[in-house]
Amino acid sequence: MSTNSKNQSIEQTILGIVEQKKDLSGALLPILHDVQHHFDYIPKPALAIIAQALQQTEAEIYGVISFYSHFQLEEPGKHTIEICRGEACQSMGSKALEQAVKKQLKIDYGQTTADKNFTLEPVYCLGNCACSPSIKVGEKSYGRMNSEKFAKLSEQLSLYKISLGEEQ
Amino acid sequence: MTTTLYLPMDTTALSMGAADVAKAIEFQSCANNQAINLIRNGSRGLFYLEPLLEVETAKGRIAYGPVSVDDVESLLAQGLLNGEPTHPLYLGLTENIPYLAKQQRLTFQRAGIINPLSIEDYIKHQGFVGLANALALNGQGIVDEIKTSGLRGRGGAAFPTGIKWQTVLDAKVTSTDHKKYIVCNADEGDSGTFSDRLIMEADPFSLIEGMVISGLAVGATQGYIYLRSEYPQAHKILEKAITSAYQNQYLGDNIQGSEQQFNLEVRLGAGAYICGEETALLESLEGKRGLVRAKPPLPAIEGLFGQPTIVNNVISLATVPTILAKGAQYYQNYGVGRSRGTLPFQLAGNIKQGGLVELAFGTTLADIINDFGGGTYTGEPMKAIQVGGPLGAYLPEQQWHTPLDYEAFSAINAVLGHGGIVVFDDSVSMTEQARFALEFCRVESCGKCTPCRIGSTRGVEVIDKMVAAHQQGESANQAALNELLVDLCDTMVDGSLCAMGSMTPIPVKSVINHFADDFITDLPTKHIEKISVVSLVSTGEQN
Repeated sequence: MSTNSKNQSIEQTILGIVEQKKDLSGALLPILHDVQHHFDYIPKPALAIIAQALQQTEAEIYGVISFYSHFQLEEPGKHTIEICRGEACQSMGSKALEQAVKKQLKIDYGQTTADKNFTLEPVYCLGNCACSPSIKVGEKSYGRMNSEKFAKLSEQLSLYKISLGEEQ
Repeated sequence: MTTTLYLPMDTTALSMGAADVAKAIEFQSCANNQAINLIRNGSRGLFYLEPLLEVETAKGRIAYGPVSVDDVESLLAQGLLNGEPTHPLYLGLTENIPYLAKQQRLTFQRAGIINPLSIEDYIKHQGFVGLANALALNGQGIVDEIKTSGLRGRGGAAFPTGIKWQTVLDAKVTSTDHKKYIVCNADEGDSGTFSDRLIMEADPFSLIEGMVISGLAVGATQGYIYLRSEYPQAHKILEKAITSAYQNQYLGDNIQGSEQQFNLEVRLGAGAYICGEETALLESLEGKRGLVRAKPPLPAIEGLFGQPTIVNNVISLATVPTILAKGAQYYQNYGVGRSRGTLPFQLAGNIKQGGLVELAFGTTLADIINDFGGGTYTGEPMKAIQVGGPLGAYLPEQQWHTPLDYEAFSAINAVLGHGGIVVFDDSVSMTEQARFALEFCRVESCGKCTPCRIGSTRGVEVIDKMVAAHQQGESANQAALNELLVDLCDTMVDGSLCAMGSMTPIPVKSVINHFADDFITDLPTKHIEKISVVSLVSTGEQN
């Protein structure tokens, strides 16, 4: 596909999402969620399209996107790994886990591995605080995580894309 | 004969491998030619036993746990389907497990018992009895019941729910095409808390019923559940439950033939802790940055889209059906002083037996820790307990005998909050915890008011300077910085717009006051290097 037609198809998809949601009260977050759900991030052309549909400025749309840590303007790696930094996880050694994961993947928070397989993000509580420390990969949480378990998990995730979040 | 088995599908059970255990059970029972019906329930909240497998027998439900994939074959071989006691994971009748038997389950009465997606199951277990009673009352009648029950906001602020409802009932909508709103705050961001998540995943209809009742009470026809995006499993379960409630006329234009209307939607947050603050939440629901609003006007008068709005926490709303079903007096009979009813405490962190413990107010922290906790997970001595989330105090051992009620906690400059209890063993650095409280505020502040936005940044810096001063033996400088830190805390308390800025000093001051021997001194010498790395990478500062 040429760059032009690829861009056109991205714009078509965004337009479709916007059309479906723009009449909701407080439509912006639902639109942004759907766009990010579809692309794994919010592609740049989305800003102008959403701004026009909601009769807001692009700056306003950008302001909302940048406020919320969940929304991403850059394409992430195949798997986004979130490590919980909350106190319950801290009490169970999450700081050591953080260091081990960063060392293993050779990236810091907000970065993506060179092979585009993993993006690392901090998260402030996954609500799994009785089985700390926790991490989340895609939509699946993992409790009682440690550096050895993580090494094994990341190996599996590198080998094949586990279909996540299919439960019920 | 087909045997019924139960295995939870809540986030914690899944995080401990329940999905794989379920597949193994299906596979192995099929290979053995054993007929089973595996129901995916919500968790009972005994998280230290997850995945907890139950089998239905003539004597009642018998539990085994925690079950791993490797246990499935031996469980089936050793009479799991008959509830036999030979397997090492055998726990006996679920109801008799002391952790569960010692609780007073009102709000969580159905959690783990029913299939959360089955409206028939919900109805079979006294579901919608409260709604039926509410439909027989007028709005004022319902509000009076809630007032009498003594229910206070379970999100943490503990404002009397009935009074909030009365304000919305009395408020006038500004024009005919406008309406009142019910907003459920499901942005459960406090570390150490999971009761909102568990009720949504284990008994979603109780929240839906509570919201319908609140709508009937104040004349609101539209509800929103503002759910944090970190809870994808709760999202899926809620969406399915809402669809089912519409299909069965518990939502929609004619609720149970009463011609009353109530519509409900789930809206997702996007990773901003501040949106748990009610006015920031409303801004977010309106499609804006989650900036805190100045109060007044109260949301009850001018809330969502400028209209009268109830903003209640998940647990407050999910408790309403019980109050309407069993009567305000029944609920009011639990608790002490002005803290009536029960609170689902959440035992978390470095604890052997973590989970949800619903009890009447008035028991002590030490009771919960001793009767339920079973010591630290690591086996080391307990050093500190943080109650009430990241904005709650760190309590030293001498305060563990404080009764768990709102007023008693407030009297020791602590908060009960949303009932989260996070245990730390003696490897904790209290300096790091005090510093983290300020760092968390820096990351999550909405940035609207100066004491919170700047105060948190300066606070982190002051603690780092104190550590440096201590290491260089500059005790006069350290003392001056300590004074500065206390002054900064007071400024945040007095000058912040909302609880984020004004409560962040609570954990900091609790460390200064109660862990004086540890504060600043309990760090390894390489600390400065280590914390500067953490400060550089604490992302999320996109405000």
